[in-house]
Amino acid sequence: MAIIYIDDKPHQADAKQNLLHACLSLGFNLPYFCWHPALGSVGACRQCAVKQFRTPDDKHGHLVMACMIPAVEGTRISIHDPEAVAFRAGIIEGMMQNHPHDCPVCDEGGECHLQDMTVMTGHNYRRYDFPKRTFRNQYLGPFVNHEMNRCIQCYRCVRFYREYAGGNDFNVFGIRNTAYFGRYQDGVLESEFAGNLDEVCPTGVFTDATHKHHYTRKWDLQFAPSVCVHCGLGCNISPGERYGTLRRIVNRYHGDINGYFLCDRGRHGSEFVNSDQRIRQARLRRNGQLQAVSKAEALEHIRQVLTSSSRVIGIGSPRASLEANFALRAAVGERNFFAGIFQRELRLLNRVLDVLRNGLAPAASLREMENSDAVLVLGEDVTNYAPRMALSLRQSVRQGPMAMADKLKIPHWLDHSVRELAQDSKGPLFIASIAATRLDDVASETYHAAPDELARLGFAVAHKLDDNAPAVSGLTLEQTALAERIAQALRSARQPLIVSGLSCHSTAVISAAANIAQALRRTGQPSRVTFTVPECNSVGLALLGGRPLEDAFAAVRNRAADTVIVLENDLYRRASVQDVDALLLGAKHVIVLDHLTNATSTKAELVLPAATFAESDGTLVNNEARAQRFFQTFVPQPDVQESWRWLRDAIIASGRQDFAAWENLDHVIASMAVEVPALAAASKAAPDATFRMSGAKVPRQPERYSGRTAMLANIDLSEPKPPDDPDSPLSFSMEGSPDQPPSPLIPFAWSPGWNSYQAWNKFQEEIAGPLRGGNPGVPLVEAAAQPQQEYVRDVPAPFQPGDGEWLIVPFYHIFGSEELSIHSHGVKQLSPGAYLAMNDKDAERARLRPEDRIEFTIAAISYQAALKVRADLPQGIAAIPAGIEPLQGIQLPDWSRIVRVA
Amino acid sequence: MFSIVRTLWDVFLHSFQRRVTRQYPEQPAYLPPRWRGRIVLSRDPDGGERCVACYLCAIACPVDCIALQATEDSNGRRYPEFFRINFSRCIFCGYCEDACPTYAIQLTPDFEMSEYKRQNLVYEKEDLLISGTGKYPGYNFWRVAGVQIDGKDKGQSEREEPPTDLRQLLP
Repeated sequence: MAIIYIDDKPHQADAKQNLLHACLSLGFNLPYFCWHPALGSVGACRQCAVKQFRTPDDKHGHLVMACMIPAVEGTRISIHDPEAVAFRAGIIEGMMQNHPHDCPVCDEGGECHLQDMTVMTGHNYRRYDFPKRTFRNQYLGPFVNHEMNRCIQCYRCVRFYREYAGGNDFNVFGIRNTAYFGRYQDGVLESEFAGNLDEVCPTGVFTDATHKHHYTRKWDLQFAPSVCVHCGLGCNISPGERYGTLRRIVNRYHGDINGYFLCDRGRHGSEFVNSDQRIRQARLRRNGQLQAVSKAEALEHIRQVLTSSSRVIGIGSPRASLEANFALRAAVGERNFFAGIFQRELRLLNRVLDVLRNGLAPAASLREMENSDAVLVLGEDVTNYAPRMALSLRQSVRQGPMAMADKLKIPHWLDHSVRELAQDSKGPLFIASIAATRLDDVASETYHAAPDELARLGFAVAHKLDDNAPAVSGLTLEQTALAERIAQALRSARQPLIVSGLSCHSTAVISAAANIAQALRRTGQPSRVTFTVPECNSVGLALLGGRPLEDAFAAVRNRAADTVIVLENDLYRRASVQDVDALLLGAKHVIVLDHLTNATSTKAELVLPAATFAESDGTLVNNEARAQRFFQTFVPQPDVQESWRWLRDAIIASGRQDFAAWENLDHVIASMAVEVPALAAASKAAPDATFRMSGAKVPRQPERYSGRTAMLANIDLSEPKPPDDPDSPLSFSMEGSPDQPPSPLIPFAWSPGWNSYQAWNKFQEEIAGPLRGGNPGVPLVEAAAQPQQEYVRDVPAPFQPGDGEWLIVPFYHIFGSEELSIHSHGVKQLSPGAYLAMNDKDAERARLRPEDRIEFTIAAISYQAALKVRADLPQGIAAIPAGIEPLQGIQLPDWSRIVRVA
Repeated sequence: MFSIVRTLWDVFLHSFQRRVTRQYPEQPAYLPPRWRGRIVLSRDPDGGERCVACYLCAIACPVDCIALQATEDSNGRRYPEFFRINFSRCIFCGYCEDACPTYAIQLTPDFEMSEYKRQNLVYEKEDLLISGTGKYPGYNFWRVAGVQIDGKDKGQSEREEPPTDLRQLLP
């Protein structure tokens, strides 16, 4: 810490940071453009000028750019010096010369950093009367809209897209005031993080293209603090609603997880909430047809079913909240609760939890990954399986070259200098995966092989690090040398990281990762591990327990159960048609709770409309076992209600009146804490419903929310009372406490004078640091103080390609593999069709050509797809896209013959 | 006694004076053009809807009686999908007109909008839209704005250079 003097008053500042960072952290309003908390300083826009004085007696001073000057001890600056104020106003005036007269039709209006900074500097009247330069726009894909006239040449977009996110199909062209930011020709932006340009761009050059057709200003949206449901990382989001439909998702800053950025699946994957496939009324099968029925009729039917059944079983879901799964468990009893995933996946999740519990190495948050200086990715294609993690891993390779900057005393925030110094040098990032990944361009080495071979490599690395670790026999020379290089890199790192996960469906791979962590620990090297998980609440479901899905199939097959309740789970995506048909047709009664009409819900006897994440509250547990609460954004149609409420009503209908005590979410959580001690800490994920600030609730709507007395006037002139929210300390109103809420309850970022996302500055302890009062979420897994010292010793045998058979593995796709996001138009457009990929030599030997129609058979069911030939796939392995129709419900990896269809 | 007689006399004399009471509605009142009465949505000189659904009137409204939804036609021209004013709430303050960047929303010298049913005071876009330019003839936002719409290419707005040729090499 250093003392700096701002306008002659002493302030504490971080000496490792720059003056702009210091001023903003201290709460001063200093305008800026090219600087971004995550991107560092380049000093290009000249907007953050302040006056610096050499000594207390220096009255003259000189103008400096605050973002380029370190906040060292004794620095004296003035923000309010008239010359600095005039300079900043002049810069804005210059930027506005060519800025078009677009604000009324610009999607950025009302949350525009350029508008905010213009108001902040006081520039309000145009003096420049000459023609403005114009540009043609480009088509940049379904997510990003381009309006190049509005550009102020701050270069943030190229810096984010190329340097931060590693994209190379977007650049800056031209010179002077005609610098053009775009692609070399129209086309879909390749980066999976392109959607962040909406927030990175300080004005309206890049805006959300999916928001355009139902555009609403930020001040008119009702927000809630929420958590993304499209992968297992638990990124924080702010969904916005107007007129009863979900309008868009924006990033909600979380210092440990997503920071300032989301992936495009998270940002654009929530159109399913508005889908016409939504189930909005209970449906009961009468005369073979599903017909809409009232809530009362549905509950009466449930009463009859539950009282007449001999044994009711419940199938939970890794995409439903903890509370919903727990309510199902309470409804059917612990013995009859099935987790909704197969034994194979449950075992992998429990293996991951064992590693986290054992405390060999702490689970790394995404922020900690960025600070790792040597990374081994074992078996994962993170960009497609846990997308936001790829962005963090990309930053980790910058940690190595930072040592050069330290040597030359270049501060880390001096972005351009650090990158110039580093050039192409990168820290160690080893990617061992089945096939090429989107991170390969920054990897120091890649290795593509079958899951068993990846595990063997991992075991070999552990052995290289510590001789006590099990040795691997029969390694190739190439593998041995690679293991040695990986071990060397991990050994000499300050904070090594091992990334593994479930996408290989291999326990051996996870065990190999655990062995490496164990070996590093034994050799006195602190390391971190992280595991990717498939769905938003996979870890929560594993912690809750429950029996695997195949046991549920067996229970119905053996007539041990006659009624099945399926919670938010399309079983046809998990299990084969035969198995699910046997379950749904074999059971006497099937009750399904879900959001969308899908194969499972169309086969049910009773379908209950379950609220989506945007219409309900609940807790999700992410891949690091962090429990996070998501809150209801808006009130759905009257019959749609939270799954746990439906289940509570069902329990009460079946005659157990004591469950009437479950009046709100807190009661469910309290009950869960008693029944499932492993989840007890989940109650601390956010303040409970009784929490008040200055006696008031936290408003979900911005202060200037408009149209209150007109939006429903076409239905009835008398305005209805705002809906009550018994489940949370948030209100469906603009009225409430004006104070800053605790971090888990911040619905959106806004601060007086800061309408854009840059307002997060005002919510952080220090810029780009944790939110005030700590980042949201509580860990549910306590690491053991005394880790178990044993190595896993069952090293798999080398992979043997089959004779005329291939090991078929699933390939995950960021766009397409996830169940709910596929209902978004843009995601659907970018998702691949069904295919089977094979090594080129394999294809040649089998006399198959690209685009041939081929057939493969798994568990006695044949599937057809078009053949793709990929040189990066190892021989003996074939891949199909996960979760993409019609290749669903296939349990992989498994062996199959592959034949051409005549 | 005298004062009563005097009063009677004064009243009698008033019957010969000019009447102050205006015989409304037979005799209409003069309302200046800037009178803040019934709100209308005007059209630009080319006959297109002036409103670009920017939501500024809605945010300016102190009683929150304006609700609308923006949408865009296939040529990039933005307009309100619906536009609703609840006149039972409107206080005719004119802030919406002040806020309007396109002169679309205007207050007119008309206050004769009583209804027997309050519900009839809810005006939709069809009720608000007039066929002319209202108080501000001549102005067309789309001729000034930089966005491209049907019939106006990039660089064809007022005071705009033609679109930059990205392939030219001259400095």
